[in-house]
Amino acid sequence: MVPLADYLVLSAVVFALGLYAVLTRRNGVAILMGIELMLNAANINLVAFNKYAAPGAVQGQIFALIVITLAACEAAVGLALVLAAYRSLETIHVDEINVMRW
Amino acid sequence: MTGEAIAFYALAAVILVSGLVVVSSPNIVHSAVALVPAFLGITGIYILLGAEFVAGIQVLIYAGAITVLLLFVIMLTEGGTGLRLQQRNEQGPVGASVAVAIAVLLIAGVTHTTWGRGAGTLPAYTPGAIGQSFLGTNLLAFEGTSIVLLVSLIGAVIIARKEE
Repeated sequence: MVPLADYLVLSAVVFALGLYAVLTRRNGVAILMGIELMLNAANINLVAFNKYAAPGAVQGQIFALIVITLAACEAAVGLALVLAAYRSLETIHVDEINVMRW
Repeated sequence: MTGEAIAFYALAAVILVSGLVVVSSPNIVHSAVALVPAFLGITGIYILLGAEFVAGIQVLIYAGAITVLLLFVIMLTEGGTGLRLQQRNEQGPVGASVAVAIAVLLIAGVTHTTWGRGAGTLPAYTPGAIGQSFLGTNLLAFEGTSIVLLVSLIGAVIIARKEE
């Protein structure tokens, strides 16, 4: 049986990949992709802890399902914001969207 | 090495390779398409962990809906995602060192902790148990999630709509 720590290490690396994308990408859509990766890493943790730490309850899987739902909400609103920014500013590069910078 | 371990390491390799493509590809469309194998690999991880229902939802929502949504937005914002444009900002080294530091910290934390085993076994039919739980003890979370979903979808339509 694969130990729990292996799942947690995998999730940590996926989280770091998502964080790298969020920190270094200029494109708003690519930043959203990084956020999706980070949410998936959290979900791996939740489901792995469900199996290894509390197999009697399905609480971890419930949590993962709620996170998936909220990730879908976040993607929908985030992409709508990207479209609105593109329509009014002609760019979706987040370092150029600085009209409110003093 | 058992079959479960082989499956786990193969799926982990798929996830990490496609994740690397997602974060490093200079072509944004390649990034979006590389999300699909990453999400499907995570689906395999869920199946290994005995969460078949979560795996099905993962395929439907992530590999299906969210990837298509991302591709549509990339196409609609062609001027902003063109191939010639610089896709990365100047924070490359800082971002990489922060990400590596977080990864090292997390990995050191999880490998130096002794994880106890919980009592009990997974239910034989997890979708049934999840349904019972959603309409029983977790009813409030279920209803709250549905309201958030409704509000965010209306908000997304209003934000993305053309101004009159």
